[in-house]
Amino acid sequence: MLRFFPAFALFILVVPVLCGLAGTMLPAFGYLPALGGDEINLSAYKALFSQPGIGHSTRQAFIIGLASTAISVCLVAGFVAAWYGTRSFRATQHLVSPLLAVPHAAAAFGFAFMIAPSGYLARLLSPWLTGWDRPPDLLIVNDPVGLALIAGLVVKEVPFLLLVTLAALPQVPAVKAIHLTQSLGYGRMAGFIFAVWPSIYKQIRYPIFAVIAYSSANVDMSIILGPSTPHTLPVRLVGWMNDSELSMRFMACAGASLQIAVTVGGLVAWLLIERLMASCLRMFTTAGYRLKRDGWLRIMASISMTASALIVFGGLVVLAIWSIAGLWQFPNALPNSLSLRSWNTTLPALTRPFWTTVVLGIAAVIISVFITIACLAREQQTGRSGGNRALLFLYVPLLVPQIGFLFGLQLLLLNFNASASWPALIFVHVVFVLPYVFLSLSAPWRAFDTRYEAIAAALGTSPWRIFLRVRFPMLLRAILAAAAVGFAVSVGQYLPTLLIGSGRFSTITTEAVALGSGGNRRIIGIYAFVQMMLPFIGFLLASLLPALFFRNRRAIKGL
Amino acid sequence: MDKTAIHGLRLKDVTITLDGRELVSVDHTILPGEILTVMGPSGSGKSTLLAFIGGFLDPAFHAAGEVYCGDINITSIKPQDRRAGLLFQDPLLFPHMSVGSNLMFALPNWVQPKAKRRQSAEEALADVGLDGFFDRDPDTLSGGQKARVALARVLISEPAFLLLDEPFSKLDAGRRNQMRQLVFGNAKSRSLPVLLVTHDQADADATGGMIIEVGAPLQNQ
Amino acid sequence: MSLKSIIVALATGVASIIATQSAIAEPDVKDWPAVLKEADGQTIYWNAWGGSAQINAYIEWVGDTLAEAHNIDLVHVKLDDTANAVATVVAEKAAGKDQGGAIDLIWINGENFASMKRQQLLFGPDWATQLPNWQYVDVENKPTIVTDFTIPTDGMESPWGMAKMVFFHDSARSDVKSMPDSADDLLKWAEQNPGRFSYPQPPDFIGSSFLKQVLIEKVADRSVLLEPVDDATFKQVTAPLFDYLDQLHPNLWRQAKAFPKDYPSMSQLLADGEVDITFAFNPADASRGIANQELPDTVRSFTFSGGTLGNTHFVAIPYNASAKAAALVVADFLISPEAQARKQDPNIWGDPTVLAIDKLDADNAAMFAKLDLGIATLKPEELGPSLDEPHPTWMSKIEQEWASRYGIAN
Repeated sequence: MLRFFPAFALFILVVPVLCGLAGTMLPAFGYLPALGGDEINLSAYKALFSQPGIGHSTRQAFIIGLASTAISVCLVAGFVAAWYGTRSFRATQHLVSPLLAVPHAAAAFGFAFMIAPSGYLARLLSPWLTGWDRPPDLLIVNDPVGLALIAGLVVKEVPFLLLVTLAALPQVPAVKAIHLTQSLGYGRMAGFIFAVWPSIYKQIRYPIFAVIAYSSANVDMSIILGPSTPHTLPVRLVGWMNDSELSMRFMACAGASLQIAVTVGGLVAWLLIERLMASCLRMFTTAGYRLKRDGWLRIMASISMTASALIVFGGLVVLAIWSIAGLWQFPNALPNSLSLRSWNTTLPALTRPFWTTVVLGIAAVIISVFITIACLAREQQTGRSGGNRALLFLYVPLLVPQIGFLFGLQLLLLNFNASASWPALIFVHVVFVLPYVFLSLSAPWRAFDTRYEAIAAALGTSPWRIFLRVRFPMLLRAILAAAAVGFAVSVGQYLPTLLIGSGRFSTITTEAVALGSGGNRRIIGIYAFVQMMLPFIGFLLASLLPALFFRNRRAIKGL
Repeated sequence: MDKTAIHGLRLKDVTITLDGRELVSVDHTILPGEILTVMGPSGSGKSTLLAFIGGFLDPAFHAAGEVYCGDINITSIKPQDRRAGLLFQDPLLFPHMSVGSNLMFALPNWVQPKAKRRQSAEEALADVGLDGFFDRDPDTLSGGQKARVALARVLISEPAFLLLDEPFSKLDAGRRNQMRQLVFGNAKSRSLPVLLVTHDQADADATGGMIIEVGAPLQNQ
Repeated sequence: MSLKSIIVALATGVASIIATQSAIAEPDVKDWPAVLKEADGQTIYWNAWGGSAQINAYIEWVGDTLAEAHNIDLVHVKLDDTANAVATVVAEKAAGKDQGGAIDLIWINGENFASMKRQQLLFGPDWATQLPNWQYVDVENKPTIVTDFTIPTDGMESPWGMAKMVFFHDSARSDVKSMPDSADDLLKWAEQNPGRFSYPQPPDFIGSSFLKQVLIEKVADRSVLLEPVDDATFKQVTAPLFDYLDQLHPNLWRQAKAFPKDYPSMSQLLADGEVDITFAFNPADASRGIANQELPDTVRSFTFSGGTLGNTHFVAIPYNASAKAAALVVADFLISPEAQARKQDPNIWGDPTVLAIDKLDADNAAMFAKLDLGIATLKPEELGPSLDEPHPTWMSKIEQEWASRYGIAN
């Protein structure tokens, strides 16, 4: 029974992506009989490339994807190099990590609320410092170059990359290597980058690739922070896919294939950058430069890391304040009055999306945890972990741009009359939740001391009972933590919910983005607040429940 | 270099405590070519002395006293400027660099140009009996060979003194003796003061120097 | 799985369209008790723009009321663009899904209605004028109720509210006498007050309406706008509009490098003091904003003496709706005096009624009479003349032209 699960997991991770890609590519070349496309032709591409500003939108998606990834990687590498093993490292790490659970849209709103000309930072400094009694006419959010979007993506990707880096660090004798390089006279950062970083980098390549794929094809953050004249390619694609002109769908699919090309191009460019950096690093490594004076750089790394976290947290607090604000004029740092009116008018409308989000998340998490445990149990039976190749499969749904296969998947499901149904929606969430659950749970599962099971087996316990009475309770913390990660991922899904749910299933996230593109800060505040609280509650339960179950067992209660 | 040769490594009233509990207390000058051994069971805190001298003491510990290298007080200067040569029980060769790059990485940067750097590294390898290993992947070396590369790497960096943290404990018995002689011989011939931390009596005996025992109340106090 | 077998599977899947389903009898509007009976227990998916919390709350109230009165479960599918709902119906028709569609009711007018009517995607024929509450509708004085952007409604959409473009400014910052009285005035005003005016980025409904307002004022012969657009003369007819925009844009907020996304974003800009003039299609919106503490109580309304755009917004039922009976009941409830009076209350929404007060009985008329339209709302006689909407084909063409001129970075 167990042995079918690895194949099943593979099926879930790969088949929707492949079918979706095929379902996108066929219409891109004019073939979609349901919409009257019976022959293969290039007219969709002709239409696509005649769109005004298409080259600009495409270039931007490419540049924004690469730039935000490069900055995030540099920031994480620099910060770890500067502070790993110190107390302030741990403090900052604890500050940054919770950001991982904040959905992209909420983080983007919080960020925008801080940095806009009428945002909180300007309010704090006005008018006493800036002399502004009205917001300055500065183009900060939605700037044509996409700087705000890049910054927003960086702020959100840094916690993710930091987390995977932290997971990779124990595989390397980092602290000793730092001491060694320092006693050889190297500056702290230089020593780390020369001696430790290459080994770390090898382990975090796939996550970095996933970041490139995400940030080059991202829709929700781009709607909120990105340029609007024109919008980036992914945002325009979603617009075309939803256009009332049917012929636009062919073009949207052609555009989706262009998006895939952009992402692949981004990955290829990254591989080239990798090569270049590696040979630069090799040259510097043996040249003997010690680069001792890195004090200012270390402080910069610390400041930018702390600032990026604080600005989002600050933004989230500001969001929460806006949700209960009465009139709040510039440049007041606090609202003139407080009012629960927005909550009162919004709460009734919030109920249905709230429960949709919760049910969807829980269903997707239960299925994903079940499949993950079954696969890991099978791996334990056979003693084969599938190695790096299996890991690549896990990353498939994260490496292919969502738009690239969701369009096709939507068209397919529509033709099978299966779109906008609970099973379809849960299924597509599992596709994205499963990799994260698997990645979170596999490490603690594999690290489990099997001697406990050996003891139980020697006592004549059946394998099923061993799992239920020994491994499961001992790994409950890890399982719940993985479930919380999965739930947070599900809550944050925008495009899959929007496209596969055909708008009939609205979650807090789809509502937040739909409403948030409008400017009502109070409503954005409410939705972003709820959107942020859901994963938080998930993590809270994941840490409290084991403590409750095992309140008399100090070794595993964890609090 | 010359001053060190005259004065050695001086540990002046060095005391390391954790939560008020004394772990190590030393007042001793290690003369050039001399080896001071700190012995104690694992967890006794003997490595903290080494960390203190190297400049890596965890802030949880409290240290008093001063360390002089020659006549320079190095107690509060940065680890980068202390010129300590570190050897751990793991060779810690950087896996992404070739054997030669590992050495060139350690070589001071005033040795230039590139060709000269390479030559120095090749000579250092020859000194430890590893001629022609320059382009090898460290991962393909035996445990003993790795240990010798680590030694060559620390020596090529021209340290002012050596700090050895159980450097032989992971070698098999035959190699261990060979390696001891290689390390101690090199230290003597280069007139380097050496601090050795170990829990192996044979290590201590091989040094022929002074032994301080820590964290072993039954034998000591 | 080989690529070939995937393609084969896909092609069969795409080709196998469920086409044949037994026809179910359509509800008969004339037999209202039967409609009510059929609607009992139905779930209705109402696709309506969801960008305004007040409107969402109003729709929620409609749902609650109908759940109690007729056991109808109303789901508000919040759209950011009504075109998305049209797209869904189009896709369903293409896929042969002639029954059991995803959408039961659409908040609609203008080009979306024209598009659905042309493509025969609407439930019909005439059902709107058969609704019990139709008797109160002010057909006589409000011509846009039966002619939506020059297109006859033919009873295939039922009116919900009236719209008239009005402008807002903050009297604490600027004097009402200094406010512009025409598009040309506005251009001059923007030159004197650079960075203090903007409009939502077309194809946003409000933003596109601004373009239409300017076009109507600047066009040589207004009558051509009532006919479908002619590609041959488009450039020449719209030249004054784009000349105007070319002059206006350098003086817009952010030098027109970015635009507010929609009306609520623009309204927030007024509250923050980033812009000095905004406009809306709901004459009471400033009062609503003040009542909701979104705008300072010094905001006031003004309009152009030469007239501003006016139109009506409606609800329509897709031809393949799953819950037509419930959709009819909702449409009827929306034109009930109770629902219309609540909608006109600026504390709730402030949207002007489609009903004729003199057709109501005394109690219902009193409901409207006692509404305080709010400090910032102009009286009906102050609203000025209403300009007719151009034929819907103009809008999409203008939006395209706008996008290729200003919607891309140069």
